[in-house]
Amino acid sequence: MRKRKITVGYVVVLLFVCSFALICLYPFLLVISGSFTTNAAAIKYGFRLIPGEFTTASYKTLFKDFSSIANGYKVTVFVTVIGTAGSLLINSMMAYVLSRTNLPGRKVINIYVLITMLFNGGMVPWYIVCTRYLYLQNNILALIIPMLVNAWNIFLIRNFFASISISMYESALLDGAGEFTIFSKIYAPLSKPVMATVLLFTALGYWNDWWHGLMLIEDRNMQPLQMLLRSVISNIQFLQTADPSPEIQALMASVPGDGLKMALVVLTTGPIILLYPFVQRYFVAGIMVGGVKE
Amino acid sequence: MNSKKKKMKSSHSAGVKLKRFYPLYIMALPAMVLLFLFSYLPLAGLTIAFKEYKFSGGIFGSPWITPWYKNFEILFNNSAAFNAIRNTLFLNALFIIFGTSFALLLAICFNEIRHKWVKKISQSLTFLPYFISTVVVGIFAAGLLGYETGTINRIIESFGGEKIAFYMEAGYWPLIMVIVNIWKGAGYSAIVYLASITGIDPTYYEAAEIDGASRFRQIWNITLPLLRSTIIVLTIMSIGRIMNSDFGLFYNVTGDMPPLYPTVDVIDTYIYRALRQMGDIGISSAAGFFQSIVGFVLVLISNKAADRFEKGSALF
Repeated sequence: MRKRKITVGYVVVLLFVCSFALICLYPFLLVISGSFTTNAAAIKYGFRLIPGEFTTASYKTLFKDFSSIANGYKVTVFVTVIGTAGSLLINSMMAYVLSRTNLPGRKVINIYVLITMLFNGGMVPWYIVCTRYLYLQNNILALIIPMLVNAWNIFLIRNFFASISISMYESALLDGAGEFTIFSKIYAPLSKPVMATVLLFTALGYWNDWWHGLMLIEDRNMQPLQMLLRSVISNIQFLQTADPSPEIQALMASVPGDGLKMALVVLTTGPIILLYPFVQRYFVAGIMVGGVKE
Repeated sequence: MNSKKKKMKSSHSAGVKLKRFYPLYIMALPAMVLLFLFSYLPLAGLTIAFKEYKFSGGIFGSPWITPWYKNFEILFNNSAAFNAIRNTLFLNALFIIFGTSFALLLAICFNEIRHKWVKKISQSLTFLPYFISTVVVGIFAAGLLGYETGTINRIIESFGGEKIAFYMEAGYWPLIMVIVNIWKGAGYSAIVYLASITGIDPTYYEAAEIDGASRFRQIWNITLPLLRSTIIVLTIMSIGRIMNSDFGLFYNVTGDMPPLYPTVDVIDTYIYRALRQMGDIGISSAAGFFQSIVGFVLVLISNKAADRFEKGSALF
């Protein structure tokens, strides 16, 4: 393409895109800065991009009582690792089965999976099934099992499997390989890009999940990080809404301040942000392949 | 090749077939069992909307309620339920209109940027909000909207204005939710549209350039018309989901503040409260049944409609 002049229109486009990008970034910077701001300065000046008065007190306080955060990390990491590994295995096995076009009953299984993408019973029956029939209340498995199967991921992997040449399959079959061997030794390794995409989407889902914690976990020792974060903020949020009366101001002094809250955000979300530059392209690839047919 | 053909032929009997294919069925089993437990059982559980739920009886053992519409009668005599339904439809309509237009605009602008590094960095930044949980989005919102320390109130004050207690004033919230929704989702949607834009044959633009069409005219007369089917299909699909909301976004960003219910209580948050805070299985299951059934019908219609606009775009 030949080089075009920098026109007014182009500058407008640049300004628009850059300002929206900065708006997207702004809250992140605000929270990082806020986590290093003293409570007094926050009340005096509000939160700014550069801390009014610099302090690491919030982090020190958090590290002093680190056991609950450490426990939250433990739960979240455990759930994310086990859940992602299990989910990838179960979904890709199903994808492999659906990519075997000669399998009797394949169409039925396909529809069986597809229906779950379109229709659902909603929150109430789901909650009753989980609590009354599956005994998932206050059970660490509640944070893993309900999210293991994902029809969208199954179809994403299946489409990739379907593009693998059938002659690979046939020659492996002639060599006496079983279906699971063909899946694990040939199909899975050949599908690394789509596997990486699904793995990352799944891991992100587990890491950010708080909903299953809200619905099914009351035991504080089983609360994942996001739920810990939620319970800390829900204790404070209502206090900052209206004119603080003297009693409420006194109460505000006793609950963890905003700085503490923001430090907690940094500690829980930090790993995602640090990994983001390295994994972003896999997400983009996944969206580009499956986005329209979501 | 010949030996394989023979093998195929000999596999006609059911026994041989089963022997050959049973590993595949076993591989499908875990996913099928889990889908049965977490998708099909709850679907069957929709029937509790017509029952008088007893914990001892569960979904299948509880007695049918008389009259059969009793739960619905209570639900539809409840103004809060109506409010939630109205809010859901209104806010989703706003999300579809403004979310789609903004994402489209963003995608087109990304495509125009010739400075590679600007494009790369800005695209990364706009995609960033997709990666954080709605809990964190709620904290971000509180940081901006808080009464005492919130950035927006500080700005208002510095211009000599009166501080606004955002979490007490329902009127601001449709706008706030639209902005939050765009902030969180525009980067993601823009990637979807950008995928379609980059798929457009560049010779169209070359021809237009030779004819002297300005960049703006090219967007108007080439890009947008060629994106039309993508836009329509995505919009129809979102209309199919118009009864559903992102529960986490509403629950966390509004902080579940009762003063905000008039404008931002949606069906999902309503059901959650009825179920978990009031423990009212009757009314929450009736609301859920209503949401699911209307959802089914809308999904079926929108799927048909999408297929009429663009062959092959239907999911089933």
